[in-house]
Amino acid sequence: MDAAVFLISAAIVLTGAGGVLVARNPVHAALFLVQTLFGVAVLFVLQDATFLAAVQVIVYAGAVVILFLFVIMLLGVDRAEDLGVEPIVGQRPVAAVVGASLLGMLLIALLVSVDGPTGAHAANAPLGDAADNTRLLGEALFTDYVFAVELTAILLTVAVIGAVVLARRVRGPLAPLPVVVVASVADDGEQGDDGPPDVAEATDVSDEGEGA
Amino acid sequence: MVVTTSWYLTLAAILFSMGAVGLLTRRNPLIMIMCIELMLNAVNLTFVSLGSELGDLGGQLSVFFVLVVAASEVVVGLAVVVAIMRRRQGATVDDLSVLRG
Repeated sequence: MDAAVFLISAAIVLTGAGGVLVARNPVHAALFLVQTLFGVAVLFVLQDATFLAAVQVIVYAGAVVILFLFVIMLLGVDRAEDLGVEPIVGQRPVAAVVGASLLGMLLIALLVSVDGPTGAHAANAPLGDAADNTRLLGEALFTDYVFAVELTAILLTVAVIGAVVLARRVRGPLAPLPVVVVASVADDGEQGDDGPPDVAEATDVSDEGEGA
Repeated sequence: MVVTTSWYLTLAAILFSMGAVGLLTRRNPLIMIMCIELMLNAVNLTFVSLGSELGDLGGQLSVFFVLVVAASEVVVGLAVVVAIMRRRQGATVDDLSVLRG
């Protein structure tokens, strides 16, 4: 029974993650993200972490993804993106290699190199059953970890203030962003010669003079 | 079949790698933030699995704090995206070098 639940929710999680990777439309990507988050919530329930499963659905699917959708609609970026072009040559093969090697290293580190997790059993607080989960978490959070809880309150306040400051509408016309030359790999040879390398050479020379 | 901790760790490793690949390949800043969320979820899954393996509540407590930090990270990240997109429509991450000092 547990294995069936695990396999089904693992399939849900992985197809959702794949959807986020390949979805052209940001709205579709956000909905695939909801699918993944629900799958992870089911896996939390399977491990008796009932409070975290509820928080996962309420905070992630209910707040974070809705925030994503608000921003997508506000900016009007809900049009399909052309995934056919590859702006940086060789980016995707390199990313695939990096991802595969990351997966290999993670699996070796997590499964092969050690024989299960080491460490003291129930070092922080004992893990109760599913019915006690919320009570135990609350007791631990508001006794042993109360300072960290206060710090997260400060963090959330700072984040809210920062978001308001960043996203507020300034009066008057906005200065246009400076135009940046994108993918200037081809003409780097010409531009690079008169810029930073000269400075680097100059400092090199002065360093050598001091050394001598 | 008994679901062991290794199953969860394998799934979390796959999920983390997929998030990393998405972060490296996608150019829409919103989808990149979503890929970061995927990676954070993978880490949360390992926290909960190892916590239940050790019979320790610490794993779930860590997940609680990861959730809070992830929420504030999303808020600030999306505010930056809004501030930039308002000035230039359809900007991709390749255009975002204006944040450098």
